[in-house]
Amino acid sequence: MKIAPACVLLLSGCAGAQSALDADGPSALAIENLIFLFLAVCGVAFVLVMGVMTWALVRGRNEPAGRPQTERSMGRVVAGAVVATFLVITFLTAASFYATPSLDRGKADPPTILVRGQQWWWQFSYLDADPAKTFQTANELHIPVGTDVRLRLEASDVIHSFWVPNLTGKQDLVPGRENVLTLNAAKPGVYRGQCAEFCGLQHSHMALLVIAEEPADYARWLDVQRGLATAPTDGEAAAGKLVFMSKPCAACHTIRGTEAVGTTGPDLTHIGSRSTIGAGLLDNTRGSISAWIADPQTLKPGNNMPLVPVTSEELRQLSAYMKGLQ
Amino acid sequence: MKERIALDLSKLPPHGMGSASLTFWGTSAFMLIEGTGFALAIAVYFYLMSLAPQWPIKAPPPDLLAGTILTLLLLLSVVPNMLVSRWAKQRDLRKVRAGLVVMAILGLLALIPRAFEFPALHISWDDNAYGSIVWTLLGLHTTHIVTDIVDTVVLACLMFSKHGDNARRYGDVEDNALYWNFVVLTWLPLYGCIYWVPRL
Amino acid sequence: MTWFGKTPSPADLAAGDEKAEALLRRTWSTPAGVLAALSTVDHKIIGRRYIATAFVFLMLGGVLALAMRLQLAFPEARFISADRYNQIFTVHGSNMMFLFAVPVMEAMAVYLVPLMVGTRNIAFPRLNAFSYWIFLAGGLLLWTSLALDTAPDVGWFAYVPLAGPQYGPGKRADIWAQMITFTEVSALAVAVEIVVTVFKLRAPGMSLDRIPIFVWSMLVTAFLVIMAMPAIMLASSSLILDRLVGTQFFNPSEGGDALLWQHLFWFFGHPEVYIIFLPAVGMVSAMISTFTQRPTFGYLPLVLAMIATGVLAFGLWVHHMFVAGLPRVGSSFFTASSMAIAIPAGTQIFCWLATLWDGRPIFKTPMLFIIGFLITFVIGGLTGVMVASVPFDTQVHDTYFVVAHFHYVLIGGSVFPLIGAIYYWFPKMTGRMMSERLGRWAFGLIFTGFHLTFFPMHMLGLQGMPRRVYTYPPELPWAGLNLFVSLSAVILAAGFLVFFIDVLRSVRHGPPAGPNPWNASTLEWAMPSPPPPYNFRHIPVVESLEPLWTSGEALPVATGLRLDRRELVVSSVTAGEPEARESSPADSIWPFLAAIATSIMLIASIFSPWAVVWGAIPVAITLTGWFWPKQTPEDES
Repeated sequence: MKIAPACVLLLSGCAGAQSALDADGPSALAIENLIFLFLAVCGVAFVLVMGVMTWALVRGRNEPAGRPQTERSMGRVVAGAVVATFLVITFLTAASFYATPSLDRGKADPPTILVRGQQWWWQFSYLDADPAKTFQTANELHIPVGTDVRLRLEASDVIHSFWVPNLTGKQDLVPGRENVLTLNAAKPGVYRGQCAEFCGLQHSHMALLVIAEEPADYARWLDVQRGLATAPTDGEAAAGKLVFMSKPCAACHTIRGTEAVGTTGPDLTHIGSRSTIGAGLLDNTRGSISAWIADPQTLKPGNNMPLVPVTSEELRQLSAYMKGLQ
Repeated sequence: MKERIALDLSKLPPHGMGSASLTFWGTSAFMLIEGTGFALAIAVYFYLMSLAPQWPIKAPPPDLLAGTILTLLLLLSVVPNMLVSRWAKQRDLRKVRAGLVVMAILGLLALIPRAFEFPALHISWDDNAYGSIVWTLLGLHTTHIVTDIVDTVVLACLMFSKHGDNARRYGDVEDNALYWNFVVLTWLPLYGCIYWVPRL
Repeated sequence: MTWFGKTPSPADLAAGDEKAEALLRRTWSTPAGVLAALSTVDHKIIGRRYIATAFVFLMLGGVLALAMRLQLAFPEARFISADRYNQIFTVHGSNMMFLFAVPVMEAMAVYLVPLMVGTRNIAFPRLNAFSYWIFLAGGLLLWTSLALDTAPDVGWFAYVPLAGPQYGPGKRADIWAQMITFTEVSALAVAVEIVVTVFKLRAPGMSLDRIPIFVWSMLVTAFLVIMAMPAIMLASSSLILDRLVGTQFFNPSEGGDALLWQHLFWFFGHPEVYIIFLPAVGMVSAMISTFTQRPTFGYLPLVLAMIATGVLAFGLWVHHMFVAGLPRVGSSFFTASSMAIAIPAGTQIFCWLATLWDGRPIFKTPMLFIIGFLITFVIGGLTGVMVASVPFDTQVHDTYFVVAHFHYVLIGGSVFPLIGAIYYWFPKMTGRMMSERLGRWAFGLIFTGFHLTFFPMHMLGLQGMPRRVYTYPPELPWAGLNLFVSLSAVILAAGFLVFFIDVLRSVRHGPPAGPNPWNASTLEWAMPSPPPPYNFRHIPVVESLEPLWTSGEALPVATGLRLDRRELVVSSVTAGEPEARESSPADSIWPFLAAIATSIMLIASIFSPWAVVWGAIPVAITLTGWFWPKQTPEDES
């Protein structure tokens, strides 16, 4: 349902990952339609004004400038153009008001997920009346398709902004305040987003993924996430667990079901099931986990993960353990 | 370009008084700037108040005595201030000299209750946002009192010097009086804000 | 020596014209030497300094822009570190807004307004000298900090808590906040001078409806400065208090609020855009009349549109906070008011188009920049209408779409007219013409380079590229356009280079200009180029809006001002009737000393709050020295 196909053609280069012009949710779609409406109306206005300007510049003039009758008729035309501007502006304002409620879908529902922006990663807490069913994850948000999912947005340090353009417009996370945002994905898929408010050194590397799934898949995922960490099955991973617990790692990270209960860094209970690490920085492979642990400050300068000295043997064991936390 | 003479200005007075004085307009513009600053600071006060669950935050309302004495003193000072302004208009050097001395003393006197106003707030500037804004309001206004006292003292010295009996100086005295009225006038909403709004 | 003591009659004048002029020159001129250069209060000398300094800052800011484009040309590039990049974009933005755009517009007014209203110096010329030195000190502070790798890195908007005591360690944010104080003090001082010059120093007969549109634009701008800048002064002072003495203005856990900063910042920040744009409206209106050889169409609507813009400017600030989580009802009001600004803006465009329609366009370089302005500004205005819409804005806010939008408005809407204005008034300021050939090259390169650089950013923004990122991952489809943008920026920079070369070459080697090379209509063209120290041999008497077109062979003038002291005419605010003669202050070193004392106080206050207390003493001493009568003729009355 595109309003101005010509504009689509013109801007077809814009479609792709993380784009406001590739809407996959009702809210993003309403905004996308509004964007095309504005582009069409403003495009026509631009062409008209430029046409008049070109005509004024190239036309041959016979009569001298400043004749009273020319002044009068120009006055009428200018007044008409101002009135036309007023009408167009009123129309666009009305169109904007008409699209605004699409941002606030499902306003009455209480939020089900708490999003906490931190320098420079995302913490997602899935809320449930039953405390045993609440859990935390990081940088990867799973939602069921076709449902309004309410997010409560908070920040623990500085201002961040939650933005997944294919699903809806952005909303800031402000320390000391609580904002709410509704996500609704029309079809299953992976939608990239990233922090849109400058939040310091690694603002550029604060991405997230929203993974929209069919309700059954989503329920399965919830079940897995609510569960405790799986115990390592092979020797290498078991050794990795020992390394993890004996080094400072456990002071900052939680792995539910183990003695690691730190809360400074992301919850790693099911880190192996996520597709990226470092807030969208690297694909989640054993190699990149090793690289990240070995030298986090080169990969993402200034981030809060300290360099913990480990041997290459320990590094292999740690990555096996991490990757095994499915 | 050629010129033709159309007007002779030589009969005009060599110095503009009242609204023909540039310093009058300059002083007015600076009062507009500072008035906007005061208005915004008051807006910040009400903004913070609108966010706070209770107001004042973790403090009793300020004691009224010092602030009220200062307010009365300032209001009282308007009378001699207007007189100085009138005497300056009449170019009465002796009365202007005496008036400026009185105004300088009144200004310095005002600093005494002002010194007691800060402890009367019962909160420090770094305790919370309420403390920060009331200290800022009071501090901002104190700066204005001090500035005007310095200005009045310098002017008084000038009036006692050989430069005193000069239309330009009398204009300066009038502008200084205008500015003192501004200092008094801006205090009234601040007084209401600091002392009475927490009691509402 | 009939000129001393008594005022001349018209008959004396004709006889002693040359002698009179020599005397006038001696009274008003700035002698040679360093001390005299530091003491001068001639608005033309200070205006030229101001303009030149602002353009140096433009050039430096442009170099930073190129550095950013180098880093962004390729994904995951490592030319510039994250920390450096954040300093660079912060200094680029702060520099362009506070050290270039606002000062350069006020500087043009410092130079032109006294000439255009027909007087011999700006009101409060010593304050004018002071404001320049303070501006220079603020600029040096910011650029020195960048050279020392301790520049602010919190964005030109310095949002808390990122800029606050907890998350902004070191002195970086303090340097930003004090740089603000420097530039605001200087901007406010100039604004006061302009208001009083326009209100009280207009030539006899220049009633409100005979004020040139450029002068009107600067009057409205000056009022915007006066009403808007206190907000940023309050904001930056609160920030520095939070950082230095532990106040809690922006700390939510102690009753403060992070959004309070944004309200204060944008209450200043949005009018700021019009502080930069309205002078350009005045420049375009002045130039378009000359280059169509007819009066600008719609004097009254243009003036009213500028006033309306100025008033509306204070009702828009929340549209910078549409995604901060404010109530929707409030936001809707700000959508409507932001859209409404298109009506005065449209009125201005239509009046200019009507002027072009009826006049005979002369395609000299300033006219080319006007055409470039019209094309670019209309696009910027239309994207402005887009970001005024809440739903639209939630997608493009803080993306490259907005980067594109405001560069269209600020460069297209303001810098294009400004460059045109430099070509236009350069002959007046230097007595020499700039090169028409290089001017065309400069325009072609700047216009093409600008659009190739900034138009694709609209698409990048809609494609989801956020602002203020020092790099981006290769898997996103942004690399191609970014490389294209970076290459185009080189064309834009080349255009500015040609312009700077033209300026430097023409200052020495340009052909002599004569008093009125463009056959323009306003008073600044009535005297030789460059103007003599006293501007007008005789104060003109104004009988129409286009005095140079309507007064025929000879300009009506007034006599009777003393020649042995600096004397001006004070006139009534509305009718422009002469009320008094008034002396204008002589040169003085005290404003320079006061600026040094103030700078030491402000910079030291970054390190200790006590600096304000002890630093106030030398400031008070220098100010007293400044105002203490020196027994010059200017002190007589």
